[in-house]
Amino acid sequence: MIRVILPTHLRTLAHVDGEAQLHVEGQATQRSVLDALEACYPMLRGTIRDHVTHQRRAFVRFFACEQDLSHEPPDAPLPDAVAMGAEPLLIVGAMAGG
Amino acid sequence: MSGVRVLVGTRKGAFVLTADAKRARWDISGPHFAGWEIYHLKGSPADPNRLYASQSSGWFGQQIQRSNDGGKTWEPVGNKFVYDGVPGTHQWYDGTPHPWEFARVWHLEPALTDPDTVYAGVEDAALFRSADGGQTWQELSGLRGHGSGASWQPGAGGMCLHTIVLDPSDSGRLFVAISAAGVFRTDDAGKTWRPMNRGLTSVGIPNPTADVGHCVHRIAMHRSRPGVLFMQKHWDVMRSDDAGETWREVSGNLPSDFGFPIDVHAHEPDTIYVVPIKSDSEHYPPDGKLRVYRSRTGGNEWEALTTGLPQRDCYVNVLRDAMAVDSLDACGVYFGTTGGQVYASADAGDSWAPIVRDLPAVLSVEVQTLP
Repeated sequence: MIRVILPTHLRTLAHVDGEAQLHVEGQATQRSVLDALEACYPMLRGTIRDHVTHQRRAFVRFFACEQDLSHEPPDAPLPDAVAMGAEPLLIVGAMAGG
Repeated sequence: MSGVRVLVGTRKGAFVLTADAKRARWDISGPHFAGWEIYHLKGSPADPNRLYASQSSGWFGQQIQRSNDGGKTWEPVGNKFVYDGVPGTHQWYDGTPHPWEFARVWHLEPALTDPDTVYAGVEDAALFRSADGGQTWQELSGLRGHGSGASWQPGAGGMCLHTIVLDPSDSGRLFVAISAAGVFRTDDAGKTWRPMNRGLTSVGIPNPTADVGHCVHRIAMHRSRPGVLFMQKHWDVMRSDDAGETWREVSGNLPSDFGFPIDVHAHEPDTIYVVPIKSDSEHYPPDGKLRVYRSRTGGNEWEALTTGLPQRDCYVNVLRDAMAVDSLDACGVYFGTTGGQVYASADAGDSWAPIVRDLPAVLSVEVQTLP
């Protein structure tokens, strides 16, 4: 089971309390986790990555195990601790503004 | 008993304001979609309980929300806005070609007779249509593709299609306005389009009378007289008596002819309203006095409406989609400010009172007259 922590606005949008827990087929990667997330919560399509290109939105970041994974390739394996559910994947709305 | 429902979009959420026909006591619900920018929300003329809202965020992009109970509950519907074919380019601020990129939905216009059909005006400027209640969206790409699209340039607020006017007498005829390209009209339900900017003069562009390139801020029509259009341009208030083919200036005695919204009285097709703003570099009312101006002659002769509005130290703006009228008798007029006030007049503008004073900056105001 993969654990995903969404930013507040996306938890509200998807009516998720606390963590989203996802079953991911095959290797846990950014792409496979986001595919599973969007399958469970279709309203999140387009909010984290582009509908068509699947490019990460500019002000969204992926953190896990105290690392910034945002610039990792989408098919790179996520850390084992995330794949095993010991640690969550954090989807973060980047701090921006004044 | 009849009443009104005022739909207010703000920088940080949507608010629904309701009152009976006296329009004296108001119930305020919200914020809906707290923290998100709500550029616009509007109800279907065919089913007043069907509402659509444009919800957007610099972080998380675009959502379209739909309500089937007059705004009590909402559900997200389709948010996939993909330009038809190869998007191509328009001009960027520096004159270089820039790829068309979807940013947000500025305006939602439900169809007059079908609650499931709704149009969306978007940035970068294009017109989309949904025939399934907002679940899926298709671009009416004849607009961008009619020939001048590659020359369109953004205004200061982005290159947005912000105004959609449906002709109640001709289901094939739509008008749209784009900043900073101008007005366009289709007579075949969106397949083909023509620029409708003859008579406009804009000193800020290389050819002041060009067919395309004008910063039109808003157009308005009275449904009983669809051949007559009124326009608030960047500078100048304009009028067309031939469905946009030609325009003439009707700024008359306005203290400033810069502004954003323009609207028409529900029962008097020659009574129109604007909110003069000092200039394009000072987005606040002249002399710190918030004044709506009304013309009962379809332009040129204007009177200041000040009763109940702040007449000193007021430096708010009123944005293009932030004025609306109800169809009660007497006609109600409403507008919202960037200072978070929503003002209402239940006597066609003679007197005003704030419904609410401290909302986030108001982006849009629409009104539904309820049976």
